[in-house]
Amino acid sequence: MPSNVSAPASGERRHRRSLAGHIERVLPRLVIAPSLGVALFFVYGYMLWTFLLSLTNSRMLPQYDFVGFAQYARLFANERWHVAATNLVVFGGLFIVSCLVIGLLLAIFLDQRIRQEGTLRTIYLYPMALSLIVTGVVWRWLLNPGLGIQAMVRGWGFEDFTFNWLVDSDMAIYTLVIAAVWQASGFVMALFLAGLRSIDDSLFQAAALDGASLPRIYTRIVLPSLRPVVFSAVMILAHIAIKSFDLVMALTGGGPGYATDLPATFMYAHTFTRGQIGLGSASAIMMLCGVLAILVPYLYSELRGQRHG
Amino acid sequence: MKTIHALAAGALLAAAVGQANAAEIEVLHWWTSGGEAKAAKLLKEKLEDKGHTWKDFAVAGGAGDSAMTVLKSRALSGNPPAVAQIKGPLIQEWGDMGFLGNIDKAAEADGWDDFLPEEIVAADKVDGHYAAVPVNIHRINWIWANPEVLEDSGVDHVPQTWDEFFDAADKIREAGYIPLAHGGQPWQDATVFEVVMMGIGGGDFYRKAFVDLDPEALTSDTMIESLKTFKKLRGTMDDNIAGRDWNIATSMVINGKAAMQIMGDWAKGEFTAAGMMPGEDYECVAPPMTESMFSYNTDSLAMFDVDDEGQQQAQRDLASIVLSKDFQVQFNQAKGSIPVRLDVSLDDFDACAKASREAFDVALDEDALVPSLAHGMAVSDSQQGAVFDVITNFFNDPDMKAETASERLVSAIRAAE
Repeated sequence: MPSNVSAPASGERRHRRSLAGHIERVLPRLVIAPSLGVALFFVYGYMLWTFLLSLTNSRMLPQYDFVGFAQYARLFANERWHVAATNLVVFGGLFIVSCLVIGLLLAIFLDQRIRQEGTLRTIYLYPMALSLIVTGVVWRWLLNPGLGIQAMVRGWGFEDFTFNWLVDSDMAIYTLVIAAVWQASGFVMALFLAGLRSIDDSLFQAAALDGASLPRIYTRIVLPSLRPVVFSAVMILAHIAIKSFDLVMALTGGGPGYATDLPATFMYAHTFTRGQIGLGSASAIMMLCGVLAILVPYLYSELRGQRHG
Repeated sequence: MKTIHALAAGALLAAAVGQANAAEIEVLHWWTSGGEAKAAKLLKEKLEDKGHTWKDFAVAGGAGDSAMTVLKSRALSGNPPAVAQIKGPLIQEWGDMGFLGNIDKAAEADGWDDFLPEEIVAADKVDGHYAAVPVNIHRINWIWANPEVLEDSGVDHVPQTWDEFFDAADKIREAGYIPLAHGGQPWQDATVFEVVMMGIGGGDFYRKAFVDLDPEALTSDTMIESLKTFKKLRGTMDDNIAGRDWNIATSMVINGKAAMQIMGDWAKGEFTAAGMMPGEDYECVAPPMTESMFSYNTDSLAMFDVDDEGQQQAQRDLASIVLSKDFQVQFNQAKGSIPVRLDVSLDDFDACAKASREAFDVALDEDALVPSLAHGMAVSDSQQGAVFDVITNFFNDPDMKAETASERLVSAIRAAE
């Protein structure tokens, strides 16, 4: 090693350089440490606290008489919780699938080197810039049978036209899907568009030379290579679906009745306004378990696939 | 520039001195809308006349849900306000947890027991000691009617039985109006239901069902009949009730789109704001079969346990002001309720308030004074929530039978205990 034979003066310089190197190595960790600490405390610390509370008999304020899993038993005996959980499956499933399909189709169409692509892209992406509260209010007006779409079509002379999903307890959950898809599919389109642009044109040309038709190129070559994008999109959409709260509050208020209750609104109502902190915490933990049950296997298969692929 | 600095410093100093001598109490309340805010300001001014400082802690949001959430977090962090607006059984809960103080001294000095109705005051006492001061009495069982719409539909008076009501509703519908204005929110559904039920079942039945939550009463024939009548009311409303606020529904009566609304007497504020006079431009009548009944909703100010002598004095002063005759008249005129003091003359009040007081006296005599469940006066939060869930779901689900709903009431209430 050349450093072994260097003069003392250059040794000092080397020492300084290694000090700088040392700082360079440590500094990022130092900078990240506080936010890591904060995240650990406020995310995982509070998760743990919520879990502890879910084992207690807490009502209006937290208290620590442990009752085991009694709150979970009560939760699953609760009619409203079943409605909320079923709604999440319906809403989440339809929302994620519709956003993916619509986003992908829009992206493919926009990718055909059309004119005014920038303008169109902006138009589709715009809903994402709105807060969910605004989306909810706008759609509440549009879907209100006496004000919105139904009233407008009837005004055109179609007196029998009926579109009253918002006030129909069986259909109201689908109004949430409509509004949420309207909001998020433009964003998914942008993700897919970026993915499509990253695919090398030579792939298309080679496939075309081999005589593959355009739909075949998309289904066999393009879609498989978009897999990481689908992965990110599902991650983002899934967490939007599970934490959906503001949209429900603004669009339906959980009604009619509690027909559009989601676990997040259930948790809020019981923990904060009904003085049942124990039960609310149990529902929060069940939401966490739901997320983990979906995400962990998915993450595992995706990340393992990447490593080997 | 220098003078400004000097002035500012002087003002700061003056403020500091002022605070050191008089007690500052923080008051959490949700009197934030028009008339209510005016009423709260009045209280603040009167407290400041006594040399104390009112630190305003207003949390908007109907029925105080958000205010209660804030109060809980403040109490948890060991820093509750000195005074908070709390209602009904919740006062008891806070008292049982040891958060509330004792204002018996003020009660004795002013002789509260002589002029406050026992039934109302029971909720303000914890273990026999005053922990809160009642401010007003709202009556829930009212129909607000537009006489022009009724007349135009050929209905000559506000219906007094439910049969009459449904007949009238048909006529009103034929004349092109909406018979009953309503907002599809759980608390409004529950308000209408409890009014229907107290009319059909009477005071004792109401207490058994909605105060004691007695399973036998909840599954009785009277309950089933009440549920069926309630469900039938859905047909007298329009299709767009989902999520509508109560005051929007009131404005439908004001604008002559709808004939009637079942709502507590705070609705009066909307009519007054529209420049309408009771008895002339609008009518206030008891809903069918509840004429001699009175379902009440009372606002109370609960006093939290504070160590500081000055603050305790300020709490007692505030309580005396609240129950002073002057304040009772001014506050309740602004808020639409009636004074909680029985010895206050209602000469300066409007016709509806006078009718409310008469109904109150009759109900007291006939033992038909009942706490409103829909407004958090009868049972705990969690039980109220359970009742709301069932009632609102039954009302909105065309297929649910009254029998199913009454069984669900029992199981939901049991689950919430």
